[in-house]
Amino acid sequence: MRPFAFVLLLPLLMFGESSAFAQLDPAPSETSITISPENEARARALGRTLRCVVCQNQSIEESDAELAADMRTLVREALSSGSTEAEVTALMRDRYGDYVLLKPPVQGNTLVLWFAPLIAIFLGLVWFISLKRKRQSVPVEALSDEERERLEALRQS
Amino acid sequence: MIAEAGHIALILAFVVALLQGTIPLIGAQMNHGRAMALAERAALAQASLLLVSFALLTTVFLRSDFSVLLAAQHSHTMKPLLYKISGVWANHEGSMLLWVVILGVYGAMVPLFGKSLPLSLKARALAVQGLLGAGFIGFVLFTSNPFERLDPIPLDGMGLNPLLQDPGLAIHPPLLYIGYVGFSLAFSFAVAALIEGRVDAVWARWLRPWVLLAWSFLTLGITIGSVWAYYELGWGGWWMWDPVENVSFMPWLAGTALLHSILSLQQRHSLANWTVLLAISTFSLSMIGTFVVRSGVLVSVHAFAVDPARGVVILALLLFYTGAALALYAVRANTLQRRAQLNLVSREGGLVVNNLVLVIATATVFLGTFYPLFVEATTGEKISVGPPYFDVVFAPMMIALIAVMAIAPMLKWREDSLARYRSVLIKVAAFSAVVAVLTYFLGKSVLGALSFGFAAWLTAGTIASVHRRTGFTWSRLRAQPAGTWGFVLAHLSVAIFTVGVTAMSIGAKDDVARLAQGDSLDVAGYTFTLRGTEQGARDNFQYLAGTVDVTKEGRQVASLVTQRRYYPVREMFTSEAGFKLSPGAMLFAAIGEGGNDEGVIIRAYYQPGVLWIWIGALLMSLAGFISMADQRLRLPKRDQVSPIVAVPAE
Repeated sequence: MRPFAFVLLLPLLMFGESSAFAQLDPAPSETSITISPENEARARALGRTLRCVVCQNQSIEESDAELAADMRTLVREALSSGSTEAEVTALMRDRYGDYVLLKPPVQGNTLVLWFAPLIAIFLGLVWFISLKRKRQSVPVEALSDEERERLEALRQS
Repeated sequence: MIAEAGHIALILAFVVALLQGTIPLIGAQMNHGRAMALAERAALAQASLLLVSFALLTTVFLRSDFSVLLAAQHSHTMKPLLYKISGVWANHEGSMLLWVVILGVYGAMVPLFGKSLPLSLKARALAVQGLLGAGFIGFVLFTSNPFERLDPIPLDGMGLNPLLQDPGLAIHPPLLYIGYVGFSLAFSFAVAALIEGRVDAVWARWLRPWVLLAWSFLTLGITIGSVWAYYELGWGGWWMWDPVENVSFMPWLAGTALLHSILSLQQRHSLANWTVLLAISTFSLSMIGTFVVRSGVLVSVHAFAVDPARGVVILALLLFYTGAALALYAVRANTLQRRAQLNLVSREGGLVVNNLVLVIATATVFLGTFYPLFVEATTGEKISVGPPYFDVVFAPMMIALIAVMAIAPMLKWREDSLARYRSVLIKVAAFSAVVAVLTYFLGKSVLGALSFGFAAWLTAGTIASVHRRTGFTWSRLRAQPAGTWGFVLAHLSVAIFTVGVTAMSIGAKDDVARLAQGDSLDVAGYTFTLRGTEQGARDNFQYLAGTVDVTKEGRQVASLVTQRRYYPVREMFTSEAGFKLSPGAMLFAAIGEGGNDEGVIIRAYYQPGVLWIWIGALLMSLAGFISMADQRLRLPKRDQVSPIVAVPAE
């Protein structure tokens, strides 16, 4: 819970009432606008990919923060007025920066993030397949000279 | 007095750890028998002192002695007994003490269970364990002393963070630590092996049960953490790809790779070099897992004890141990014996693929977790890496892993040919295809069909490999070593886990709304109706409870009671979800804020398969314990060690 809400709560606490629960957080997904069920479903799916920018690792659909509620409203308004998911994403990115995207866009500063795993897998694969090649060109390992000498020594003892 | 005694025991443990970390190491270099033998006594003494120290701190908490700062900050006279005890480790200082206690106890396992190990190996490994102990006990003593006194003495304590007042979370940290720290033995023995310039089957055979033990506990700890987050945080999610979850997942992935590569070392003496590197990495990741959370480098919902001032010391320790071990590896790795023969199609080949994928997966989680920090530090740009990234990158790797997992255990060690398995593989593939097609027609999801198909592939492949080994005859089934059953159960539970995750990610539905009494929400054909709310007080909290009736087609299916709790001592809210477990799906309701007049917020979830995620994970953990019982992992008496496995590396 945010410090702000604590301040609101303090008077209630002083009277020792258990009405401490009636605090003023907005409901998750509670928005002031009406929206069709299809658009609501789209909004939720999209909302899960957008970060609540004042929270710690929560999407705007999961968060109880006020800003998240505003962002949810924004998404729903945009979708209701006919915007596509991509347009809404772009709008949110314009307003809050790359930070808002839980799935980082492929761009200069995320190339390593996106492509390093792919490259690692590719290199791993190449290495693994090369094992067989090596195997085909190298015959079964014979005893080394040293080992042969030791074997001889053992035989004669 | 009790606190001072605990403090003194800790100081003594520190001194003993320093001795353990130096004298046997020098003794082993100079081949001095008595100096080496000191290691074992020191390890036992260090463990005993640490246990005493921990017992005394627990006593402080049990007696609610608030003249000790830590107890005053994290305990309360009114707290239930369980949470007085768990309060000891539900804070930074106490949990660090628990960490070093477990480290010391693992050290003591070497003299207790490793009687037939070569003296110099034992001395060196214990010295490394002692050095680890000295560093971290020193960290506790000098920066996070749990025995610090408080003056004036407060009338009562400040209580435990209410989020942590839960049976699941009381046992989550100890389990996780037994897991993390268990890999310290792998680390110490790997470093010792590098110093000795030799790794052999005895080494692998001795170490594998400890790796299995650590891995099983880590699995258990992560699972319980996941269950706890699910019902306590009320998000309805079992895994959030949160940084703190990720840092516990990395040692798990690396540990999984380790317990497979060590198998290859034990059976075939291959991958020696690689196993040593993995052992070092796994424990390094465990240290990162424990300490990065504490250092404040990563901020997350889970980080409840963050102090950036200590972070510097922690990071210095991490860099020192990891850096020193890796430097030693760089210098000495080529002295380890290697058997270059490795065939693509063979049991080892399969283990190599397993390791390759798991290590890349580990690196990916690492990259995703730390990348935002890296970008911000270098360019000042802020980006987020969230669940959508991990889902996209991780899923294909897991599918590749499962694809190989089904086949590799059938193969012979050393050399094999896939042609021999054509008929079996066709049957297994046909079965998977049928499952995938059926799933598609029932669930209308391509990804779901793919995923279920792979789960079927893994199940059928595992059963086929049991058939291969036993022909399903009773006598041969009985003759199978415990390790076989461990593998069968572990691989089948991955299939179960996959089914759970898939069902959950495709079928889960949820809704949330502000409901007045009698209002309802429709989710996936179920109707969640708020029957009523109630306010009251209990133990050390006040609560707002909601009763939610769930009906399907007019029939009552469940009545869920969910609470939102308020802890006055901490001025914190927590939520307790109400849920109905059934094999098919979880019905889940969580109450948010509100009151009788304006209505309360109710989140309603329908989540198929979620139970199987945890059952799968718990069975995996059980499989690890079963494998430990394998007789092949017991060391022979010293005079029976066959000369073949004891050939020194040249």
